[in-house]
Amino acid sequence: MKHQTAVLDSQRVPETGRSSLMKRLDQGLLRFFHGHKTFDHGIYPIEHKELTADKPIRRMPFADELVIPLLQHKGRPAIPLVKVGQEVVRGEPIAQADHFVSVPMHAPATGVIRAIGLAPTAEGPKTPAIFLKVYHAASQQVLYDMERDPERMSVKEIIQAVQDAGLVGLGGGAFPSHVKMHPPAGRVIHTLVVNGCECEPYLTCDHRIMLEQTDALIRGILIALKATRAERAIIGVEDNKLDAVAHLRARIARHLPITAEAVETKYPQGAEKMLIKSLLDLEVPAGGLPADVGVAVFNVGTLAQMGDLLPKSRGLIERVVTVSGPAVKNPGNFVVPIGTPVRFLLEQVGLKGPLGQVILGGPMMGMAVASLDVPVTKSVSGVVALEPEHPSLARRQVYPCIKCGECLNACPISLNPSMLGELALAREYGTMAEQFNLDQCFECGCCAYVCPSNIPLTQYFRIAKSINRDAKTRHEQHLDATKRH
Amino acid sequence: MAIIFTAVGFMTALGLLLALVLVIANKRLYVFEDPRIDQVEALLPMANCGACGTAGCRPFAEKLVNGETEPARCTVNSKSMNEIIASFLGVDLGASEKRVARLACDGGGNVAYVRANYGGLPSCRAAALVAGGGRGCSWGCLGFGDCEVVCGFEAIRMNRQGIPVVSEDKCTACGDCVTVCPKDLFSLHPISHRLWVACVNLEFGDQAEEHCEVACTACGRCAQDSPEGLIQIRDNLAIIDYGNNSLASKVAIERCPTGAIVWLEADGSVVKGRDARKVLRKGALPVA
Repeated sequence: MKHQTAVLDSQRVPETGRSSLMKRLDQGLLRFFHGHKTFDHGIYPIEHKELTADKPIRRMPFADELVIPLLQHKGRPAIPLVKVGQEVVRGEPIAQADHFVSVPMHAPATGVIRAIGLAPTAEGPKTPAIFLKVYHAASQQVLYDMERDPERMSVKEIIQAVQDAGLVGLGGGAFPSHVKMHPPAGRVIHTLVVNGCECEPYLTCDHRIMLEQTDALIRGILIALKATRAERAIIGVEDNKLDAVAHLRARIARHLPITAEAVETKYPQGAEKMLIKSLLDLEVPAGGLPADVGVAVFNVGTLAQMGDLLPKSRGLIERVVTVSGPAVKNPGNFVVPIGTPVRFLLEQVGLKGPLGQVILGGPMMGMAVASLDVPVTKSVSGVVALEPEHPSLARRQVYPCIKCGECLNACPISLNPSMLGELALAREYGTMAEQFNLDQCFECGCCAYVCPSNIPLTQYFRIAKSINRDAKTRHEQHLDATKRH
Repeated sequence: MAIIFTAVGFMTALGLLLALVLVIANKRLYVFEDPRIDQVEALLPMANCGACGTAGCRPFAEKLVNGETEPARCTVNSKSMNEIIASFLGVDLGASEKRVARLACDGGGNVAYVRANYGGLPSCRAAALVAGGGRGCSWGCLGFGDCEVVCGFEAIRMNRQGIPVVSEDKCTACGDCVTVCPKDLFSLHPISHRLWVACVNLEFGDQAEEHCEVACTACGRCAQDSPEGLIQIRDNLAIIDYGNNSLASKVAIERCPTGAIVWLEADGSVVKGRDARKVLRKGALPVA
């Protein structure tokens, strides 16, 4: 498996499901009878969840060496606390948070620090990381814990404890959780939205967490309710997981202000703005945060970890990952130590043949990796492996825009992808941002998915955003330079 | 008959009145503009490239006439034309040395490994956004030629190995390639900077060489051989202090094992050291 080749293709489009019109008609009837809430626009990709939906969560063995990047979250990288050659015990803090928007790291296994150096990441650039050689003979017991009762802790203590646990959004955003619990001044959180949608194809880890870690999830919701001072919590689950809804409803005690609601199975239902619209009919203003409409959104995986770790004062050292895809022999949901290389994961589940593409996260918004040495970080919810012949990897001829308007009907935030695409071709990147709200695009990929001309719209927008970002930094540097003189 | 005289007379009076208004406006609202600005502008190349640091040739001409800058700051103009401008304005030519864009990477397809095939839009910027583009070295040139496209002076050509080659004659140091490169590999240097480290890999030793045969391995031989203060090893990379450029000589490149540090001759040829690995391979490396 050494140097296994992977195809990087940003024009990747999963194979199309039923025609959206038929699906919409079906959904219309369903909603007529069931009344599941939803948002406007969006798409219906084939789900492929049957591969792993009924596979209970199992534990993945420890790899020989774990690679723990110091920046696995949004914000500033953590500062290492360990030295090369130092022995660490599972759960021991190995890096501390650098200021408020940052989280610490904990040792995912008992072992010795082999090196602190550069490691490949899914985004591309190599970043500093801690290399931990695992002692396979060790008991791997987590010794770093202390019982405490979150109900007796103050809000401030809880927020500090969440940061100390190294918790970030496990749904894929990797935004430090404690920052979200701290709403901007003047904002009052009234509702906690718990995101159990899991709208990406293939992924089932949140589904399994809702079924198997229900008590930890409810504990986590109660902690988050207390920390955000919200009055109620709503768990939003897509209606392809009605068993999870029924299970949650049965387990939530009657007196608790928590409800579980089914929402329509539609991509990108799991985007926080879409879910808030579906559940509460509130619209987060452009460029705003959910806190602007009094809502905080947490992923079920994050809250289940919170409910598990906080009462024991432990740190985040592992997460549930769905390993799936047509190239995988034994797909499943696994508890994976943070830092496990993707290569090891794929060796454990077995491959049917050569690999075409490996995606971290789901196939819609996930990242194709260039190297199998990339480790599983806190934000990786799934590893999807495709074979080289997979239809979504086929080169597609790009045709000119025929102005059919499918992308306008697909864009969940009602942008005009067609117009933005034309502007991108004309290199009018500034106009795209100033007049057509490019910055609101969260790159869900719906427009490129529905485009009959195979125009890689999402990739155009990512290029435009990257160029605008660069121009902005240069402008700021220029302003700084002129200020000094 | 009378009606014709009335009409002609009225039109004449109206014409005179409006002419008077124009005369007054011309006198009262007159803005003095140095006629030399137009003349200097005519001597400039009108490339509007911005290499001089102003928005275009007209603002540069204004600055020249006001004595705020020197003719030699225009790097596109030929030296003789700049001398004409200097003598026309009666100022010094200025000591601005010609600057060119230099690429800090030589990892062409024959020496740098590709770990994953990128199949999206053929643009460096697009490739860099997908897992860094698939090159084993995450700092190196991706070779899709965004710089070749953006260069308005046709000074950049991609060679057979997919590495941009800058023509020192044609390059005007406008900086377009510097801003377009997603890996930040281009920088502008005076032409006298002949000693050059063509690598930005921050890894050490074998790790660096694993991905590219001409990477800087931070062995430190160049720093030891050259005079004190010229070359430093920082972050596993040789850094040349161009403040001491007068000390630079070919001694520094002689013992480099990979040929990452090179001497750029005035005729455009690249000289590698005696001990540098000889790369005979012309075709691309297999994807592995």
